[in-house]
Amino acid sequence: MSSERRIEVPVLTRVEGEGALYVHIDGTRVADLRLNIFEPPRFFEKFLEGRSWKEIPDMVARICGICPVAYQMSAVHAIEAAFGARITPAIRRLRRLYYCGEWMESHSLHIHLLAAPDFLGYPDAMALAQDQPGIVRRGLRLQGLGNAILSTMGGRSVHPVGARVGGFYRAPDQAEAVALLARLRAAAQDAEDLVRWTAGLKLPDVTRQAPFVSLRHASEYPMNEGAIVSSEGLNISAAEFDAHVMEHQVPHSTALHALINGKPYWVGPLARLNNNLTHLPPHTLRLAEQTGIHWPSANPYHSIVARALEIHFALHESIAILEHYTPPGEPFVEITPRAGAGAWCTEAPRGILWQRYEMDGEGLVKKSRIVPPTSQNQAQMEADLRASVEENLSLHDDDLRARLEAGIRNYDPCISCSTHFLNLMLKRT
Amino acid sequence: MTGRLRIAVHKFASCDGCQIQFLNLEQDLLTLASRAEIAHFAEASSVMQPGPYDVSFVEGSISTSADLQRIQEIRAASRLLITIGACATAGGLQALRNWKNHDEFVRAIYARSEYIDSLARSTPVSEHVKVDAELWGCPIDQQQLKRVLSDVLARIAPRIPGESVCLECKRAGHVCVLVAGDVPCLGPVTRTGCGALCPRYERDCYGCFGPQEDGNTRALGRRFREMGLSDADIVRRLRFINGWAPAFRAGAQVWEK
Repeated sequence: MSSERRIEVPVLTRVEGEGALYVHIDGTRVADLRLNIFEPPRFFEKFLEGRSWKEIPDMVARICGICPVAYQMSAVHAIEAAFGARITPAIRRLRRLYYCGEWMESHSLHIHLLAAPDFLGYPDAMALAQDQPGIVRRGLRLQGLGNAILSTMGGRSVHPVGARVGGFYRAPDQAEAVALLARLRAAAQDAEDLVRWTAGLKLPDVTRQAPFVSLRHASEYPMNEGAIVSSEGLNISAAEFDAHVMEHQVPHSTALHALINGKPYWVGPLARLNNNLTHLPPHTLRLAEQTGIHWPSANPYHSIVARALEIHFALHESIAILEHYTPPGEPFVEITPRAGAGAWCTEAPRGILWQRYEMDGEGLVKKSRIVPPTSQNQAQMEADLRASVEENLSLHDDDLRARLEAGIRNYDPCISCSTHFLNLMLKRT
Repeated sequence: MTGRLRIAVHKFASCDGCQIQFLNLEQDLLTLASRAEIAHFAEASSVMQPGPYDVSFVEGSISTSADLQRIQEIRAASRLLITIGACATAGGLQALRNWKNHDEFVRAIYARSEYIDSLARSTPVSEHVKVDAELWGCPIDQQQLKRVLSDVLARIAPRIPGESVCLECKRAGHVCVLVAGDVPCLGPVTRTGCGALCPRYERDCYGCFGPQEDGNTRALGRRFREMGLSDADIVRRLRFINGWAPAFRAGAQVWEK
């Protein structure tokens, strides 16, 4: 009798974008494991060439319907760096508020609609809601609150129209800020309860070794600014990113795999939290300690708790920004295009998102590069899945398949995002 | 007719934003799940039932050889097929490749182009199969989506307005950014549905809902020329998120050298 087993997940569900998983087990050994990404390539970097700086924030938003703000933020900062533009502290605070909205929306959506059904034995959140409506409705309320921040800043939550290079087209007026503040304050208990609820889920106890990579800022929990650091001592600026990160193509994926100094690494909420515990505000840190998890954690299943803690953080950060808000005189600084290059990295909900632009003197893009978080996580995801297969050989195929799918969802892969990149191959020749 | 409607949501080349608009219906998503059977929606559920479906919503443009086959299968399995968003309805932002050298794109991004299944053009669903209704927008608007869902639940033909967003903008009382702000707003030629967001945010409409039914893109291009835009500026203005839509395609062509 052959000891060979083949596990296939032809279409990954409850992830953003299109992927599949193929595993070939030979005895107790993983002979082959491939996270197939067959999301069609859309060639963003190529058709950004020749476009005006004014158009870029609206274009790159379309890379991802779940995290358009992240694409807008890395782009506007990178182009401002290329043009030598400096934003005001008031604009900086508004950008942070805007990003808080996206973290809350994206994390709440992931926790409740994509991940939680795995841990409670349901095929989807709609079925979960029939038995536990309070849990799902609380999640949808927090998601709605994130969306409310985005809609206040940019008119709508998917592809908001408010952001521009230099700031925002329009800043919220006092009445909008007051209304939003009241809604946020009313949700404080929801955010706290959510953390405790995720910490109470029955989560597998596993450990994965890979460097945690995130931004780190001198005094804040990172969003728009900071050095790129790793738990193994890397500390570089965005301009140095491409000297350390190598991307390469694998036959089974339209997303390129990224390695830092030749090794897989891990980005996202868990990596970010692990690297920035000392920058959590005291009440979020206290809540983190009360979960009973020993931080920093190398268990990818703790990502759902990290997401809940970041929702708690983002909610209170938004409240703090709005409590001291007065509409700025000008919501944007004037932009004067000049020839040059700029690179920037911000913290998308799923991890660091790096972009680089070369602009001409007219303000048109000569060249662009975009490295999204999911392509950075792909090598680590495959390493994690290999370990999961080896730890769970005794499971029947269906259970093993479910376990691996849950393992993929821990990373919240945003597959639509991950299929348009740069050409690092050119750099190697 | 009895029984709950069987609804499916399918994805092609896209950002997933229009599917997110379903997931962002928040409490209304649970209402929808109670009134219809969501038979196939990979982003929302691990249960994926085969067809036939009463209504298939299709997100994304047709851009690979595998897509050509799959859209035929979806059409055959669906009583009604409704496209959602700029990609499915007009080819999307990724249709900008249609004016470029696709092979050069593939080679520039991927070291081994033979692994990549990608067609030279990104095209709307309607270029391949019969489409029963088109919900425009990048992303689709949730109010329009809810009206269409109500129509299909009531088993009547979906009604989607085709007039200019200018009318909505005037009714809302926004200051006209084209007239008062001298910025190249695409509102006069763009379809209604977003709620006239861009003028409300003190900026120019960039046409994300696609062409309105009776717009004159040529005349608007002339107006932009008078405002000081170069020919190339006007081409870029129209050749954007819905650039492959016939009215915008023709409007841009006029100014191309």
